[in-house]
Amino acid sequence: MSTVSAASILETQEPSIRDFDVNRIRRDFPILHQTVNGKPLVYLDNAATSQKPQKVLDTLERVYREYNSNIHRGVHTLSQTATTEYEKVREKVRSFINARSEREIIFLRNTTEAINLVAKCYGPANLKAGDEILITTMEHHSNIVPWQLLCEQTGAVLKIAPINDAGELMLDDYEKLLNEKTKFVSMAHVSNALGTINPVRQIVDLAHACGAKIMLDGAQAAPHLAINVRDLDCDFYTVTGHKMFAPTGIGILFGKHDLLEEMPPYQGGGEMILSVTFEKTVYNKVPHKFEAGTPHIAGAIGLGAAAQYISAIGLDSIASHEHDLLAYGTEKLQEIPGLTLIGTAGNKAAIMSFTLEGVHPHDVGTILDLEGIAVRTGHHCAQPTMERFGITATTRASLALYNTKQDIDALVMGVRKVIEVFG
Amino acid sequence: MDLRELYQELILDHNRNPRNRRHLEKASRIAMGYNPLCGDKVTIELLLDSQGSILDIAFEGSGCAISTASASLMTEAVKGKTPKQIEAIFEKFHSEVTDQPCPKHQDVELGKLVALIGVKKYPARVKCATLAWHTLKAALDQVGETVTTE
Ligand SMILES: Cc1ncc(COP(=O)(O)O)c(C=O)c1O
Repeated sequence: MSTVSAASILETQEPSIRDFDVNRIRRDFPILHQTVNGKPLVYLDNAATSQKPQKVLDTLERVYREYNSNIHRGVHTLSQTATTEYEKVREKVRSFINARSEREIIFLRNTTEAINLVAKCYGPANLKAGDEILITTMEHHSNIVPWQLLCEQTGAVLKIAPINDAGELMLDDYEKLLNEKTKFVSMAHVSNALGTINPVRQIVDLAHACGAKIMLDGAQAAPHLAINVRDLDCDFYTVTGHKMFAPTGIGILFGKHDLLEEMPPYQGGGEMILSVTFEKTVYNKVPHKFEAGTPHIAGAIGLGAAAQYISAIGLDSIASHEHDLLAYGTEKLQEIPGLTLIGTAGNKAAIMSFTLEGVHPHDVGTILDLEGIAVRTGHHCAQPTMERFGITATTRASLALYNTKQDIDALVMGVRKVIEVFG
Repeated sequence: MDLRELYQELILDHNRNPRNRRHLEKASRIAMGYNPLCGDKVTIELLLDSQGSILDIAFEGSGCAISTASASLMTEAVKGKTPKQIEAIFEKFHSEVTDQPCPKHQDVELGKLVALIGVKKYPARVKCATLAWHTLKAALDQVGETVTTE
């Protein structure tokens, strides 16, 4: 049930919603309990990066205090513990996204690296001049530029699927863009600038029907909705740790095993080999073939703790809590004169992007900051998306499981203050 | 921190009613500035006399209140000035907004530009206040390309 909307969860998951205690959850996040510019911190920049629960912080500390050591090939005890803990995370992540096998889980730095890896390692062998790669108007720059580079290299052509005024994919146009030349499609599962949840299950079928492989950018999906790559049947999927309550510098690429086997390595170095001589090097098996060098060991183990933290609360409960907040926030923000929400898709994650008539988002951001409210202002690494709406920037409030109605009230008060100043 | 320290009445006024925001028909110099952080763009057009002093100046582009007010205030501050005087004002202004000492220009008067000094407490916003100035400098130095604040 990977693309299930929060609305339908609301109907089916009543019991777990009642268990969801946001105040208890807030206690898990030490950083939230501070003042900024003399005001209690209201953290609404979760789409940029999320905060870390005590469990993740403790896990990181335990790695460095108790068993820090390099992994693989070590015979000593600490190294074996580190290796075991690190490899255990592969299974945790496998289960988190419901992949078939741990061998389909590759540890990388982040989503950006995962997309680049696929473009570099899958692309050249499978695309030739005149072939088409299909993305959408609502992609993060990290899901645009690697494909542009691949097009430059191979002579393939980048096609862009349009979105409507609500920020939803236009499915009819999408289908028309798919054809026998389409060899690869890539798409955000959830848009970071608009909040749109794309109908990825349906898109995967459409892509496969015309023989294309599909990659989904799940950077914004992982902290908010259940991911099930087996049900989705996507060829590649990526999540980035820091947006799902794990440390920065650790991310995941899921790839179907057969595809990963065929692909050449990404980088050369230690760990990605079985044997090296100056005449011939034999590559390691997947996933290790794609993991050259010492990885972010503690980060990966922290990611395991974060995935466990999310699963213990339950993504269904999280989604329904956030959906309530989104509905509340949308209503409150829309009451503000001169405020326009950018991204009003029917199926949306808890991201509220908006413009304010006559006030530049940077001024909004600075004034909110003085009220202790952290939002992001700018183009959100999605300049083509901004252009689609005829703007250069928005103010974006993005929510996470620890946000409350009071946070939304603070935001609304803050925006009203901005209007007062600029009135 | 008080938001009125940053968003002073003078800044809000110049943001609402920017001075010299127009196109100069007979510009002798033109330069474009770009702040990649916020995507703000500004174009500065100059009409210089034979000594290189500014006879007329105009700007176009839109951005946040700080960058718009800064461009507007700048056009007023530099009109009629020589390149040397402008350089001194910019150096003084730059050191004030970045909170650096400026022993070289003790006697330079910033006048209304003082209203912008509040940005020194907002490092992320300093570039908004200096974009127009960097662009003016590029126009005076006749650097052809777009300048950025990076
Ligand atoms: C939709 C989307 N894709 C990709 C990324 C890139 O993530 P990272 O910087 O962790 O690689 C982001 C992060 O902003 C994002 O929101």
